[in-house]
Amino acid sequence: MSKINARTPEGPLAQKWTNYKDHQKLVNPSNKRKLDVIIIGTGLAGASAAASLGEMGFNVKNFCIQDSPRRAHSIAAQGGINAAKNYPNDGDSVFRLFYDTIKGGDYRSREANVHRLAEVSNSIIDQCVAQGVPFAREYGGLLDNRSFGGAQVSRTFYAKGQTGQQLLLGAYQALMRQVNLGTVTMYTRTELVEIVLVDGKARGIISRDLVTGELQRHFGHAVVLATGGYGNTFFLSTNAMGSNGSALIKAYQKGAMFANPCMAQIHPTCIPVHGESQSKLTLMSESLRNDGRIWVPKKKEDAEAIRSGKLKATQIAEENRDYYLERRYPAFGNLVPRDVASRAAKERCDAGFGVGATGLAVYLDFKSSIDRLGQKTIEDRYGNLFQMYEKIVDENPYETPMMIYPAMHYTMGGIWVDYELQTTIPGLFAAGEANFSDHGANRLGASALMQGLADGYFVLPYTLQNYLADEIHTKRMTTNEPEFVDAEKAVKERFAQLMGIKGKRSVDSLHKELGLVMWDFVGMGRNKKGLEDAIKKIAAIKKEFWTNVRIPGDQSGMNVELEKASRLADFIEIGDLMARDALNREESCGGHFREEYQTPEGEALRQDDKFAYVSCWEYKGEQQEPELHKEELIYETVKMVQRNYK
Amino acid sequence: MEKIINLTLKVWRQNGSKAKGRFETYKVNNVSTDSSFLEMMDMLNEQLVSEDKVPVAFDHDCREGICGTCSLYINGRPHGPDDDVTTCQLHMRKFTDGQTITIEPWRSTAFPVIYDLMVDRRAFDKIISAGGYVSVNTGGVPDANAIPIAKADADESMDSASCIGCGACVAACKNGSAMLFVSAKVSQLAMLPQGRIEASRRAKAMVAKMDELGFGNCTNTGACEVECPKNISLSNIARLNREFLYAKFQD
Repeated sequence: MSKINARTPEGPLAQKWTNYKDHQKLVNPSNKRKLDVIIIGTGLAGASAAASLGEMGFNVKNFCIQDSPRRAHSIAAQGGINAAKNYPNDGDSVFRLFYDTIKGGDYRSREANVHRLAEVSNSIIDQCVAQGVPFAREYGGLLDNRSFGGAQVSRTFYAKGQTGQQLLLGAYQALMRQVNLGTVTMYTRTELVEIVLVDGKARGIISRDLVTGELQRHFGHAVVLATGGYGNTFFLSTNAMGSNGSALIKAYQKGAMFANPCMAQIHPTCIPVHGESQSKLTLMSESLRNDGRIWVPKKKEDAEAIRSGKLKATQIAEENRDYYLERRYPAFGNLVPRDVASRAAKERCDAGFGVGATGLAVYLDFKSSIDRLGQKTIEDRYGNLFQMYEKIVDENPYETPMMIYPAMHYTMGGIWVDYELQTTIPGLFAAGEANFSDHGANRLGASALMQGLADGYFVLPYTLQNYLADEIHTKRMTTNEPEFVDAEKAVKERFAQLMGIKGKRSVDSLHKELGLVMWDFVGMGRNKKGLEDAIKKIAAIKKEFWTNVRIPGDQSGMNVELEKASRLADFIEIGDLMARDALNREESCGGHFREEYQTPEGEALRQDDKFAYVSCWEYKGEQQEPELHKEELIYETVKMVQRNYK
Repeated sequence: MEKIINLTLKVWRQNGSKAKGRFETYKVNNVSTDSSFLEMMDMLNEQLVSEDKVPVAFDHDCREGICGTCSLYINGRPHGPDDDVTTCQLHMRKFTDGQTITIEPWRSTAFPVIYDLMVDRRAFDKIISAGGYVSVNTGGVPDANAIPIAKADADESMDSASCIGCGACVAACKNGSAMLFVSAKVSQLAMLPQGRIEASRRAKAMVAKMDELGFGNCTNTGACEVECPKNISLSNIARLNREFLYAKFQD
């Protein structure tokens, strides 16, 4: 039998989740207390899962690398969260949300998972409102909605430009309530450094206390990874500085499959790079595309004059502006999905029409909206984003258009999971951005928050329970078992090896080098030769890292450089996997754009007869190439067609 | 316009919570005024690594002013000399060529220094844990539109909810009081019908925990409001006092 079995429940699509819940196994309350669940990460998926499982009575241990669970990077999500409530009466439904998500993902996600996501979306909004999340409201007191890319309905709920913050604080508060009640134990400033398997099942972890440097062993009847994505492989991304892919690599090296690693989302609206010392990129919410119009000069000489500082954006007459998204995609205009908007910006800049000092920027202009709605309305909608922009760029976006450029933002790929969110290692689950399951080749805006909370509040409490029902006879293990001792020893040796290199290069300098290779060859435009070169360049960086990295200080106690080095070692592995996967996938779909496969108009051209599958990579050892397995994507409900936003 | 400046930094170094701290002086040259303050700190650390010295440890994560991780007392002000920003949003255009910048951790009894510029703010989590929530479990809640809330109330609640839990209010307060932090959460939830039900209980539990953890009393100096990067208003404290007095009155 294939190692890949999605274990999708029987029955018609719309009945699958109900059928699953009706027939899953349950654990009685007195047994729940005897079962330990380890959850890594406290973002939307991790915190909501920890809180919900704690409420149910399981004994939960929750870990985060930050100083508080409230700081997970979900907090930075700005625009909103989708749900199929159809409050605006504009034709939305569970099916339409499902369909838009499948289509937005360019037909590379699993129908049953996406349908479940759409089904539970409404419960998420109910839950958050009950927790006291202050969503935006209409004067009548009911909830307000806005539109987002890739949809023709308004289904996005929001709390100013801080939706992620408010949803995360809701989950965090629910989590802290459980900490108070004693069902959840919280471990902050603690990093997962190894996953422990006993008889082939995930049974615990080795963690490192980031303050004392101590290694600790923790037992769990099941382990959940909710550690987010691996966008920081690119060094420059919209992710937080600490966001990393190490938990995913630990899982992969223990036998979990890594699915669709090349599926990464480049977000179209970020503040452009200012120079060499740039440490991260700041996103400007997609919601801005509701009221902002994207353009570049129509004439090359105008673009050149702007780049050399001789001309200002406001001096370009209306007829000399090219609103290229409205021109190319009249039906969706500025609200085309992210991958389409990003590529279109790159195309204009590559053709010589880019603005800003570097020529790597396009305008996002609010003038017509301000004229139409007044500055006050725009301020109410996006005030905090405009303030953020002004603090960074030192220009007032109410008066002069914003400059934006695409940046690495989100990874649709991740650890492969089945319908129950279980990886190929029994007892090891992955939730939120850490898994690959719902977004296919491109994620629609406001769907990441939806997925994180769906997994944590409404999926794992069922599916994890189904797994744990068979574990009630497994006694809590002591962590003196040989598997724990050996795992800890291996971790110690790895850290000693890193400390022993004593080379000349700083961690950041190597990470920046990796990031440039990723951006140039595994970024918005990819091709066979570039990807083959990238694999060689990444191998060279890997060699340089393991022979020439310099980590001052020592292994005991706090050592930030050691933390970064350990994560970079894993980013290098991910970079290699991303390039390999992109090379294998000889088609363009969603965020994966192979220059060899495009329509005459420059749109992504899928090869459904050859690539309608999830690429699942199996680790074969340090010196071996990973092995590719395929999960065929069978569409029973939706018909695969060329995406069309024109 | 971008300029290039050279700086002298006086940085607090402390090799662990038990160690004695001291100021170290460093020079950082060729800093672009378009860089953020933390990018300047990255440059310093890159320099220290090249000299095989241990880099300065400081808390930071999202670098866009929302996670609340970054701290730093810069030239005597929490989050530095700009208004309405966190340290990570502070840009070097606020400094001049040749300037000396003094960088210290938050200094407050309830936030002990862990290492260099990092402090332990878990006391905030403990306060939230004591009652900063609506006591609902997952599932079994009413439809989201079953509870209409006046737009003005929702907006005001949102303003209070904007607190990022960075601790600048405590660091700015001569008494080391956490009243602005506590009151923001109490107000956010008290203003909504969902949170109204246990408003008294919440106010009492959070205030009791705050007192227990060694935060000082509020003497209405207003320094917290001035230094808050998110403009959390002092009116939240007035609301907390009302809730608290009402709760005590009921006892």
